[in-house]
This record gives sequence, structure tokens and C-alpha cells, in this order.
Amino acid sequence: MADVALRDVVKRFDEVEAVRNISLNIPDSEFVVLVGPSGCGKSTTLRMIAGLEEVTEGEILIGGNVVNDVPPKDRDIAMVFQNYALYPHMTVFENMSFGLRLRRTPKAEIRARVEQAAKILDITELLDRRPKQLSGGQRQRVAMGRAIVRNPKVFLFDEPLSNLDAKLRVQMRTEIKRVHQKVKTTTVYVTHDQVEAMTLADRVVVMNGGRIEQIGRPHDLYHRPKTHFVAGFIGSPAMNFLPARLQPNGEALMLRLSPELAFPVPPAHAARYRPSVGKDLIFGLRPEHITEPRGEERDPRYEFSMTVDVIEPMGMETMVFFTVHGKEVCARVEPTAAKPPGQPIRLYANLNHMHLIDPATESVL
Amino acid sequence: MTAAVAEYPRAGGASLKRNRRWALFTSYFFLILFAIFFLTPPYYMIVTSLKSDAEVAHLASNPWIIANGVTLEQYRLLFRETDFLIYFKNTVIVTLCVVTITMVVSVLAAFSLSRMRFWGSGILATGIFLTYLIPDTLLFIPLFQIVRGLGLLNSYWSMVLVYPTLTVPFCTWIMIGYFQSIPKELDEAALIDGAGHMQMLLKIFIPVALPGIIAATIFAFTVSWAAFVYPIAFLFSADQQVLTVGTVTSLIKADVYKWGMLMAGALVAAAPPLIVYAFLMDYYIAGLTAGATKG
Repeated sequence: MADVALRDVVKRFDEVEAVRNISLNIPDSEFVVLVGPSGCGKSTTLRMIAGLEEVTEGEILIGGNVVNDVPPKDRDIAMVFQNYALYPHMTVFENMSFGLRLRRTPKAEIRARVEQAAKILDITELLDRRPKQLSGGQRQRVAMGRAIVRNPKVFLFDEPLSNLDAKLRVQMRTEIKRVHQKVKTTTVYVTHDQVEAMTLADRVVVMNGGRIEQIGRPHDLYHRPKTHFVAGFIGSPAMNFLPARLQPNGEALMLRLSPELAFPVPPAHAARYRPSVGKDLIFGLRPEHITEPRGEERDPRYEFSMTVDVIEPMGMETMVFFTVHGKEVCARVEPTAAKPPGQPIRLYANLNHMHLIDPATESVL
Repeated sequence: MTAAVAEYPRAGGASLKRNRRWALFTSYFFLILFAIFFLTPPYYMIVTSLKSDAEVAHLASNPWIIANGVTLEQYRLLFRETDFLIYFKNTVIVTLCVVTITMVVSVLAAFSLSRMRFWGSGILATGIFLTYLIPDTLLFIPLFQIVRGLGLLNSYWSMVLVYPTLTVPFCTWIMIGYFQSIPKELDEAALIDGAGHMQMLLKIFIPVALPGIIAATIFAFTVSWAAFVYPIAFLFSADQQVLTVGTVTSLIKADVYKWGMLMAGALVAAAPPLIVYAFLMDYYIAGLTAGATKG
């Protein structure tokens, strides 16, 4: 096991800068997820750690050693690919033992290590099969087994669950977490699925346009996003954004969202937001903080009525979509409180969880 | 409404069945037609090779049947009285060498052109294919100079030198397509597992691309077994001659055709390709169509 560090890493493909000066420290045993939209540079970063792409500028360190010029086989890493990349002409046993055989590991040890990995992944009975005789989930387990068996310093996962159906993806997600809890190997995991990132990671690295937007624990990213992008990217359904303006209201502040809709800013936030009075801002509030009025201690000043555009029943709760000043907004209400489209609905905005974003800097105030 | 709904699929089903019957009938009709068309020449060869010279020469006899009894005399004469076995041996040596050289060169070339990024690799790959488009009837004149310069004129080793000019480009092209259809992640996985380029080729690429390699092998085999222009241009004496030209030159003397022996020789010469094709046909088709679509 080892720690991984990236220092001012840049990757250029001809004129295109895919990764722009990123720095990241991953301590030993940590599970870090790189997440971001397509083309954000997350896979390129992972491939540079693996040694499959050359680093244009900067340094990559594994276990304290600079590995920029070390070939992949000497970095002591193992990688799981999106399309499994199992050798189709080899059995599961041969696939898992290929790396060990190339390193001339004694046969008895190979068998012991493969069997142990197979036991961890519950694939002992598949050892004699070929990849084409396996289901998608089984293939992904074998790909993980091939990585575990080598007992590497670092595990690299490149969108390993993208080819699986939704149900299997959830199962395999748990499986990956279970394996990491057992083997405790430093892991770098790439995905575009923010749910996967939130559920798996010790720390999440949100990337956009080749840069790191924010690094943090899942809880911190969700509740304290630093940028407009992170606020919108993390969370499903995504955070609602509306143009807004702060107006002074005596000692307090008013948040105006449309000519008809304005809320008092909770006193806890007022001091922080006071310097932004009069500026054009973006107001952000997650759907779960717009609900039907609940409980006894609610403040009637945060209640408002809207006409329902669309409803999406999810079982446990119902998503209600409505429009504020031409922008679509989503609320999460109890199924019994939902109203059919075209009907008015009474809602409550919990502004204790509000975010205000400066559109000029794209940062959360 | 219910009745209409219930009847509709039945009517559709009947029409589907009728369509299928027609499709089957048409398929069988044309398949049988083509089978007759393509099997007539070999049948004619077999029948003629099993007749005596007297019966072959008898103008009044029916050429499609053996009227005066089956005889293996043509085969006996072919093997005993002509240099057919020498031609056969020469062809086997030339073919084995050409197939080996072709496969070694084209597998290595295709691997490097499809997987190693280097300057001009794309143009080089196209260039290799373009050389295949130059017909051997044009190439044999400059090649004659080269072969003579090397002192290999009238030696079957010259065939080992010149046949690969036909086989290597095409086989390389087939193999490039095949190797390119192998997912890139497979070599990356092997690279991380600790394989070098040679190990990657031997342990991953060749086993995975086996259908393509077999298709290329069959092609190289067929070309060197059946080539006619180069041996007729470069080989003169019987002891150096190969089957295609040897059979024709020794059994056709001016306007005298030894039809029985010619047919027997052609049949024996066709046997090895026939056996190779029969066993490897599935691989051949899989190899030629692989890489056509993203699998």
C-alpha cells in the first residue's frame, strides 16, 4: 500500500489541454473518487497515474517516488477497466493469474492468491470458465479479482460500473466498498455518476474542464459546495438555481426571486450576504428543501403557492415541478401532498439551506 | 372489434408462412443451380481421370459417363512416368516457406502498424495495401531482373522470394483490421499486468486474433499453391518446376493434350487446398468479416 500524490500535473494532447495544473494528495488506504462530466480530464488523470499516458508537466508520486518515467508494470498498480478488458481466450483462473505468471511467481503461491481473491469476490466456482460464459457482473468481479490478486500498492478503477444495468450497478457498488474495507488498498476511482462518487468515496474530487473544482468528503460537497458547478453537479435531482437580488429590509435582508416572490434571508446568513446587497446573484436551493409546509414551528413567511407543471411520483416521495419567472424549479413533497398538473400547490422553502452564487466568479458566497 | 383483432394476427401469420416458404423455395432453387454449376467441372475432371486414353479419345463416347470401366491407369502413369511428384514436393517446400515468411512478417508488421504509435504509420499501412493492387503480370518483369541479379533464376527458391510480394501486403492488411478490432484496453491491461510488447503479441494478440491469422494463412497458402505467372516466367527445368506450371508443360505437348493425366494431376493438385479449406472454412469466413463492424 502507498500514498499517491499529483503535483501541478498538466496533460496536453497537441493543442488541447486535457488536464490543467492539478495537485492532489491521496493518503495510504484512502478511497478517492474523481468525478465530473465527460471530457473533464478525470480518465486522463487516472491514466497518467497508471502510466498509460505520459505526463506533459508536473510530477506523479506513488509511495513517495516520482513515477513519471516508470513504465506501468513497474508502478505496482492494478487497474479495472470499464469494458472489463478480460483476456477472452483465457479462463478466469488464467486471467487472474496472468500478471503473477509474467512475474514468475511460484505456482503454489499463484494458486493460493487466486483462490483467496476468488473467495473474497465469491467467484470460486467460476475459475474454470471463460469470460464469454460469464454475466456482466461476474466479468466485473473477475476484473476486480485480477487486480486484487496482484496485491498492488494502488487500485485504479476507470468507470467500472458503466456497462452494468442499474440494479447490478448498485450491487457492485456495495461489493467494491466491501472489498476496499477488506483489503484497504489506496484506491482512485473514476466515474461520471455523482451517486457512485458520493456512496463510495472517502473523499470526492470534482473535476470540470481539466481543473479540480473542489475536493472534500461527500457530506461537505453536498452541503457546502464551493462553486456553482459543484452545487449543480452533486445531488440528484440537481439543485434549483434562480436569478436573485438581495434587498435591504431594515436590519434584515430580503431575497427577491421574481416580482411576486421574495423571502426574508434567515438571520444566520444575513451578515455573510450583506456585502452582496444590490448585486445580481444566483440563488440555489435543493429540491428536498422545498417541501409541503410541515411541522408546527414553521415560519409562514417562507410559504408560497405555485401552479404544478409536472409531477414525478417516486414512491417514497413525489417530485413536483413548477415555474418561477420562466425557470423550472423542482420540489420534493410527500406523495399525499402532491397535486395534479395545473392545480395550485402550497409549498415551503427552507432557506436555512440556501446558497448564493456570485455569477461573476461562479463561487458560492 | 374483438373478432377483427383476433383474426388479424392469423392472417398475418399465414402470409408470413407463405413468404417464408417462397424464400426457402427460391433459396433452394438457386443454391441447387449454383451447386450444379460449380460441381460440373470437378465431376468432369473425376470422370475423365478415371477413363482410359482410348475412351477419352473416342469421339462417339459420352464424356459425362464412364462406359468402358473405371481405371486408375492415368494416376499410375502420372506418378510413375512424369515428374509430377517432384513438382508436388517443390510446391510443398515453396508453400511452407512462403506461408511461414508471410505470417511472421505480416503479423509483426500488422501489430506494429495497428498498435505502436509512430510517425507515418497510417500512411505506411495504406502504402502496404496499395502494393497489393499492382498485378503480378506487371511486377514479373522488374522481378525477373532482381531474381536474375540474385542468381536465383530457374530455382524454386526464387518463388520463396517473390510470392511474399503478393501475400505479405494482403495478409498484413487483414491482420491490421483484425488487430484493430481488439479493444485497446486489452493491451493496456496486459501492459499493467507486466507484459512487454513481445509477450503482449504472443500471449494476447495472436491467440485472440487466431481466426484472422488462419484466414491470412489460408490466403498465403492458396496464393503460393496456385500461382502461375511467376513460375512460368522464372522456372525452366522440370526438377525446379512447381505443380501449376509443371503439370501443364509436361502433359501438353504442342497440340497433344494428355487429358486423362491432366485431369488426374489437377485433381491431386487441388486436394491439399480442398482439405485445408474444409477444415478451416469457418475460421476463414470469421477472419474475413471480423473488424467489419464494431463487435
